[in-house]
Amino acid sequence: MISVSQLTKAYGPVLAVDHISFEVPKGQIVGFLGPNGAGKSTTIRMLSCYLPPTSGGATVNGFDIFHESGKVRENLGYLPESCPLYTEMKAREYLDYRGRLRKMPRDERRKRIEYVIDRCYLTRFADRVIGHLSKGQRQRVGLADALLHNPAVLILDEPTVGLDPTQIIEVRRLIKDLGGDHTVMLSTHILPEVEAVCDRAIIIAGGRVVAQGSPDELRASRRMQARVLVECKAAPDAVRSALGAVAGVRDVEILDGHPGHAPADADGFVTAAVRSEESRDVREEVARTVTQNRWPLREIRLEQATLEEFFVRVTAAQATQAVGA
Amino acid sequence: MTRAPTIARREISGYFYSPIAYVALTVFLLAAGFFFQRDFEPGQPAGLRNVFDQMVWALVFVVPILCMGLMAQEWAAGTVETLFTAPVGETDVVLGKFLGATGFFAVLLAPTLLYVVLLRLYSRLDFGPIVAGYLGLVLVGALFVSVGLFCSSLTRSQVVAAVATVAVLFVITIAPYLLQQNASQLSARWRTVTEYGVYNRYVDFSKGVVDSGHVVFFLAVTAVFLFLTVKVLEARRWK
Repeated sequence: MISVSQLTKAYGPVLAVDHISFEVPKGQIVGFLGPNGAGKSTTIRMLSCYLPPTSGGATVNGFDIFHESGKVRENLGYLPESCPLYTEMKAREYLDYRGRLRKMPRDERRKRIEYVIDRCYLTRFADRVIGHLSKGQRQRVGLADALLHNPAVLILDEPTVGLDPTQIIEVRRLIKDLGGDHTVMLSTHILPEVEAVCDRAIIIAGGRVVAQGSPDELRASRRMQARVLVECKAAPDAVRSALGAVAGVRDVEILDGHPGHAPADADGFVTAAVRSEESRDVREEVARTVTQNRWPLREIRLEQATLEEFFVRVTAAQATQAVGA
Repeated sequence: MTRAPTIARREISGYFYSPIAYVALTVFLLAAGFFFQRDFEPGQPAGLRNVFDQMVWALVFVVPILCMGLMAQEWAAGTVETLFTAPVGETDVVLGKFLGATGFFAVLLAPTLLYVVLLRLYSRLDFGPIVAGYLGLVLVGALFVSVGLFCSSLTRSQVVAAVATVAVLFVITIAPYLLQQNASQLSARWRTVTEYGVYNRYVDFSKGVVDSGHVVFFLAVTAVFLFLTVKVLEARRWK
């Protein structure tokens, strides 16, 4: 469980993190999303007690990050952004050193090292020098280190960067398995990752939380509704006015030149994007209108908003606001 | 504080993986061997005066090489982030790294014990000055390491750290010695300053004199640099 309230970090006059507040309940996996420079890593560094906040505060596993930073760090597994490791050490040796730093008793340390080596698919590389490992293998050494002391809270900064597709799937499965017992906060650029792994996403931009909720909630949020795509052969203006008159339709947009959509003048087909009022399926009405007008119809389908679009929209809105302010 | 030995252990084993340490070891032993050859001659008093007296000059260049990476490498590689997000304090880190580097310095000294064995074979040896000389070397080494650690904590660049360390060691060791060679031209005040130089205090040890004032001087200056290093590491949080 992580609880953040009014957390702020200023670098001189620049607010890298601007009074953000959020909660991560116990056992939840939360995706922390944002464009580069949004303040993700700064927030994570404050939560991991590497940087102190300028103002505001947070608790990790019930301990205050400022006043009880030792306790926080004992209960936290942390994988930093670039996954820094001592390249001259062997993987197993490194994990042993980290276990000693955490004062793990010898037997427990050995048992946990074997466990995390197995869990992070490191068995074949455990006795190799870290400097000779690939980016993905190093990433897993970092992950093994974060898991070593079986922490209640895990904070992972871009855990799947540099992994190949199979490894990505394996690591995501691993993270998903960790949810429930562990509270996990992972930062990422990769939106499908959030949809695949996370119970909830927190999107930040310009140092502020701009949206949060489950991936479904975000997709369904009012700003990003699903739209109906209609491809038929007719004059664009006629399509616009006929479909605009259908009950429940809010607006009609004629798409042309979009990838995947034939331009209107090539074979006479146009693609119209129909947005309806909230939670109303207008496909039947739209189809009826098209057939009544005897327009040849190629396709009619409901397009779900992707999380990508939502992400671009909320972060762009934040950027515009920042420029205006 | 209890985590310092773990960190020290890692530093010492880290040295054996890095080519830099072998370079330092080679330079050190070459210099030591060269000085010893002058001690190891018929007619010379049986002792290691030459080795001990001249060794300090070599240390001004060898110790910075040993210490340049101590913190600079952590900054550059970003490993400092994993270090301080484990439940480890600044004092643990500074003491651990100090003990590690000083420990490796002791390893560096170990082969010179062979000289003692050689001298013993050919002469009746007075062990007093030898023990005092080694004590002096270890004290000077520890002081130099603390300076090196301090400089290394200030920068991400190992080269900058090494050059800065040599500069500081020059000022506290070589410069006072050089000034003293022209003592007659110095004002009384400057003469006093040069007498406080590291070399002046150190030669007493190689003569076999263990002056508690000198011991306290070396330990105190070492402690000051370690304290400053702790402060530098703490200051990272207020940037």
